[in-house]
Amino acid sequence: MIKRTGAALTIELLERQGVTQIAGIPGGANLPLYDALSRSRIRHILARHEQGAGFIAQGMARATGRPAVCFATSGPGATNLLTAIADAKLDSIPLICITGQVPLPLIGSDAFQEVDAYGMSLPVTKHNFLVRSVTELFKVVPDAFRIASSGRPGPVLIDIPKDIQQAEIEFARWPRAGSTDTPRAAPAPAINAALRAIEAAARPVLYLGGGVVHAGGAALVRALAERADIPAVMTLMALGALPHDHPLSLGMLGMHGTVAANHALQDSDLVIAIGARFDDRATGKVAEFCPLAKIIHLDIDAAELHKVRHADFPLPGDVVATLTALLEHLTPQSHELWRDEIAALQRAYPAAWSETAITRPQSLIRTIALYLGPDAIVTTDVGQHQMWTAQVYPFSRPRQWLTSGGLGTMGFGLPAAIGAALVEPQRPVVCFSGDGSILMNIQELATAAELNLNIKLVVLNNGGLGLVRQQQDLFYGGQRFASDHGRSPDFCAIARGFGWSTLDLPEVGYDAESLEAALRCPGPRLIHVPVDSNARVYPIVPPGAANHEMLTGAEL
Amino acid sequence: MKMATECRQAILELTVANHPGVMSHICGLFSRRAFNVDGILCLPIGNGYASRIWLRVQEGERLAQVESQLSKLHDVYAVRRHPPDHAAFRNLELIFQD
Repeated sequence: MIKRTGAALTIELLERQGVTQIAGIPGGANLPLYDALSRSRIRHILARHEQGAGFIAQGMARATGRPAVCFATSGPGATNLLTAIADAKLDSIPLICITGQVPLPLIGSDAFQEVDAYGMSLPVTKHNFLVRSVTELFKVVPDAFRIASSGRPGPVLIDIPKDIQQAEIEFARWPRAGSTDTPRAAPAPAINAALRAIEAAARPVLYLGGGVVHAGGAALVRALAERADIPAVMTLMALGALPHDHPLSLGMLGMHGTVAANHALQDSDLVIAIGARFDDRATGKVAEFCPLAKIIHLDIDAAELHKVRHADFPLPGDVVATLTALLEHLTPQSHELWRDEIAALQRAYPAAWSETAITRPQSLIRTIALYLGPDAIVTTDVGQHQMWTAQVYPFSRPRQWLTSGGLGTMGFGLPAAIGAALVEPQRPVVCFSGDGSILMNIQELATAAELNLNIKLVVLNNGGLGLVRQQQDLFYGGQRFASDHGRSPDFCAIARGFGWSTLDLPEVGYDAESLEAALRCPGPRLIHVPVDSNARVYPIVPPGAANHEMLTGAEL
Repeated sequence: MKMATECRQAILELTVANHPGVMSHICGLFSRRAFNVDGILCLPIGNGYASRIWLRVQEGERLAQVESQLSKLHDVYAVRRHPPDHAAFRNLELIFQD
């Protein structure tokens, strides 16, 4: 017989799942788990705030596609994790959150650091567990990994009361590790109907979402685009699914997308949505989104079909399995006239960041991309810097781009960069942030310094909340309120205080060679860049407007 | 739980896991997705390995979405739709008087 405590059992089950790194913070209610972890070969990453731990784990999961684990204690530990969990839910990221809980007999007694983590995490998890006996762990831990990684991925929370962590159990054999359910293709008749629609279309557009990346379907999507000669637009979450310089790539659609992407959808007669969910930031006013098009909608989550837009050809299934079946029968197509029309649009609305001066944020981002090369992993926070990066960074592969899409969480970028650097130590990692966002998880500078990770943190400092300011300027009569930081901290001094190297771009006269040297030198470094407080993200679709009503900046 | 007589109704039969969090999962789904539910009945079945939940809901165009979302919950084993004349909510007037 094998004899373990609940805590040791949990840690060994995690080892058997192949977990090698866990981010977290210990506290009273998860100390038995930490005691067991101290004897494990799993590496622990001590974050400085539980939200940081959640986003470090997210960075690992987004960079690898495999479930990543974070630990927090009960009460404030659990509540601090919630934002990172909700973020993982909206972007379908496989995350396993293990929280300590007060002992079972104390639950419901308003015990010290007691909160209902099960109840609070219920609406923001794919599934959650409150473990009520030590034997349940045998099923719950493997189940959590299966659920987090199967079908549409998502976060799973396991709340383990302290007495269950301490209880002893004897058992004869280990359970099987939880694994991803076999992905299934959409039904053959539905695939055939979609094939006929593709072959009949004159102005088709591929609308790619994050599901393409999650499914590992980028190569198949590219094969489909090339064989059927179909231009593709990408959501924020799908950037990198098709390389930025692919002739069929129209870039991002939606609120800050390209004019060509939004107008192509407007004129399209067949939109093929793959792993995309018709989010309002992508579609604009839904009633006017691709009004002439029939819709093929391929998604692993059947509840996404018809949720926002009726699908004429619903394909409930895995992207890889379904596209593999579809490509077997797809004859090559050509849409030369349609591509010419779109090319004319692209010529009429060229990118507005063609100049090379690195005093402009878009040009700076392009220059940094050039210096870092195609191997780099890019994370962002949320705001203007995020949209500029989405618009101009030359993404060339899936999982290169880690950003908070659905929840739009400021504070995501730095801890996600830490997670990415931990699982991809051979790649340079760059985090683009703003002076607003970086303050929301700035404590993780300490974590990155302790681990001496190769992270370049670029703080674009416009002295306030840029996207808010921009919306106030454009849509609230220029009434700027609560969007200016009356006083900005000295970010370089702060970073040095945490043990980071720094580069203040104005201090070196925006010298490109100093920038290149700073980027090439390994280790954590903050690069500070002032940005004009009137700089805006264009194009922009006004909130609530249709995508064809986008403002390009030229009219203002 | 307002009686809705203006809209045709449907009865949903759910077979769900029998543990203390299941009702929160079902009710939470209805409230956070702004789905309507008129009535709800729940009791354990068999030897207690599962519970049966009966829901009286409106048969609007969102009903299919309600069913899809319910089916996604890991504690929900099965979802069946029945016509509004199903017996589940009959003969309850005695215990539901003003």
